[in-house]
Amino acid sequence: MSTATINDKPFNLGTHTLSSRLIVGTGKYSSFDLMQESLEASGSEVITVAVRRERLIDSEGRNLLDYIDLDRYTILPNTAGCFNADDAIRVARLGREILEGLENPGANWVKVEVLGDKRTLLPDPIGTLAATEQLVKDGFQVLCYTTDDPITAKRLKDAGATSVMPAGSPIGSGQGILNPNNIRICLEYLKENDPDYPVIVDAGVGCASDVAMAMELGCDGVLLNTGIAGAKDCVTMAHAMRHACIAGRLSYLSGRIPKKLYATASSPTEGVISASK
Amino acid sequence: MQITINGDERQIDDGLTLAQLVSQLKMNPKFIAVERNREVVPRAEHVTCTLEENDQLEIVTLVGGG
Repeated sequence: MSTATINDKPFNLGTHTLSSRLIVGTGKYSSFDLMQESLEASGSEVITVAVRRERLIDSEGRNLLDYIDLDRYTILPNTAGCFNADDAIRVARLGREILEGLENPGANWVKVEVLGDKRTLLPDPIGTLAATEQLVKDGFQVLCYTTDDPITAKRLKDAGATSVMPAGSPIGSGQGILNPNNIRICLEYLKENDPDYPVIVDAGVGCASDVAMAMELGCDGVLLNTGIAGAKDCVTMAHAMRHACIAGRLSYLSGRIPKKLYATASSPTEGVISASK
Repeated sequence: MQITINGDERQIDDGLTLAQLVSQLKMNPKFIAVERNREVVPRAEHVTCTLEENDQLEIVTLVGGG
């Protein structure tokens, strides 16, 4: 069955309408060729990138942008590596400047990361909120990487975030979704009287079942990088993540059966042959 | 005169414009953004932006990230 036949709403993320609910990163690949192939296999339309100093001396002179089809992918620049709101704001403005020059539709949004420390890479909620407030004023559509804390999530939405993106577990940890109940409460709070408000699980996803779980919880999308880039076979894992995202979404839309303590037979209970003694 | 580019001190010619500097550094101007003394210099202004002594430049590009 092709996904085109499935009765699902389009995924509106700010001003962007997306057919894939999977957003993938471009970091940590051993080669640009492997990255390209993995991006393709993931079926994603949106890919994240980081903003870094241009090296003054580069032996090979290769740039990530030489390997990305800018007509095909919408770039989502992040503010990774920033530990305070001011730096995140500067990085967001620099990223926008590059994407405007490239005429990529990603020029109008940013994934805000303001991190608390290098050991956990957990978000600093206060810095994240401050950066979000300023960047919203600057006209950015702000996609906020945050913890799975429902109150912080609500505060970020109130500050004008286009999407709140709670972490399943720490960045690159591959631990999956550690506290599905917090994600459930985030979803309940963020979607109250606003069912289409986009909530994306960002970070910690290690394998396909983690993606499916996020989607079955009712999240609108999943953002991941290391789960694919760090897999032994990146391209096959990218396929797996794509399918898991679709499977999880359809499973969510279908309305699962309630969990019960005891069994209910699937086969008829009548007409069974006489039991042996 | 001396300026700082990405944290490194550099000697450049007096009167150099930002566009000329980018060209000297052999960078693809389409792939970069420049912050001068903490303010982004829009691409269209690179040709008219004359650098001054002690300018602090950050020249960035996009790299792989999550």
